[in-house]
Amino acid sequence: MKNQKSKVKSVSIKKIVVYIFFLTAVAVVINACQSASEIEMAKYLSNGKDIYVARCQNCHGANGEGLGELAPPLTDTIFLKANKEKLACYIKNGVGEPMQIHGKTYQEKMPAFKDLHDIDIAQVMVYITNSFGNKQGMYTYEQVAKDLQNCK
Amino acid sequence: MKKLALYAAFGILLFGAACTQEKKLPIYGDREAKISKDANGNEKIDTVYKTIPDFKFLNQDSVEVTQDAFKNKVYVADFFFTSCTTICPVMHRNMKTIYDKYKGNPEVMFLSHTIDFKYDKPSVLKKYAQKLGVDGPQWQFLYGEKAAVYGLAEKDYLVAVQEDSAATDGYVHQGWLVLIDKHKRIRGAYDGTKTEEVEKLKSDMDILLAEKD
Repeated sequence: MKNQKSKVKSVSIKKIVVYIFFLTAVAVVINACQSASEIEMAKYLSNGKDIYVARCQNCHGANGEGLGELAPPLTDTIFLKANKEKLACYIKNGVGEPMQIHGKTYQEKMPAFKDLHDIDIAQVMVYITNSFGNKQGMYTYEQVAKDLQNCK
Repeated sequence: MKKLALYAAFGILLFGAACTQEKKLPIYGDREAKISKDANGNEKIDTVYKTIPDFKFLNQDSVEVTQDAFKNKVYVADFFFTSCTTICPVMHRNMKTIYDKYKGNPEVMFLSHTIDFKYDKPSVLKKYAQKLGVDGPQWQFLYGEKAAVYGLAEKDYLVAVQEDSAATDGYVHQGWLVLIDKHKRIRGAYDGTKTEEVEKLKSDMDILLAEKD
């Protein structure tokens, strides 16, 4: 009787161990899938931040606060969302016309950054549109290439 | 026991006094010794320091401004131009934090010389000042001819400025914020693009303001 009991016990323990193995394996697979895109995003974010610091921060500020009425802030989520397809053009070719941001008109010219490649633009866009209170997710360089064809 | 406490208190007092010894900023530039004789024929040696010479420029309101506007003021001077997209925005972002700290202080002023003698006429400077949000008498934006401004920069404020058609915006210059005392002497120069140097300027400004003549 005693022997039988311990046998039952060992069977159920074996079962539990197998379950745990299985669940862990599933979790690892799911996790790995998530990480792939997360890693890509993190890469864009950190490269984008470097580009931002080097090329954008002078005027737009470390926290995207802008500079008086000389340079607009990058905190107008609605503007950034509504003009998302134009952002690549703004960065690559500069801006010469007035812009309405946060209800204020900004008239200063923005310089063109011709030397930035599609991937650079994509990375800096991902950084900007996921910082300073913005949360728009991923933006690939393929999309940048597409957007740049439609520049005015 | 009472005596011991007294000694201790005295010691702490002495220590404290030593720590609060008045700090002084250095005086920059060449200096000369001037020997003069007083009424009794005794020789006296005075140190003559380098000072910012007299000047006359137009400000953002198209009003002529001379050294008299900065008489008995401690001021921060820099060289910039309005269409500059490299170091000027960050210099003026940082300079504005100094301006905000000493806003309304009658002893403190700000002076920005434009080096773009072609484009930065007073009306352009006015618009710039307004857009930066600092338009007022405490921060003067001055426009002048190339020779006068560039000479002042390189010989007197010791800031390198240059016209350069190869540069992105047509000019190159250094980003120093120069601290000038009430006797027109240079007391410090700080990299206006670095926040920690600008913080140093602010604390040096306090030391300078506390300095007795």
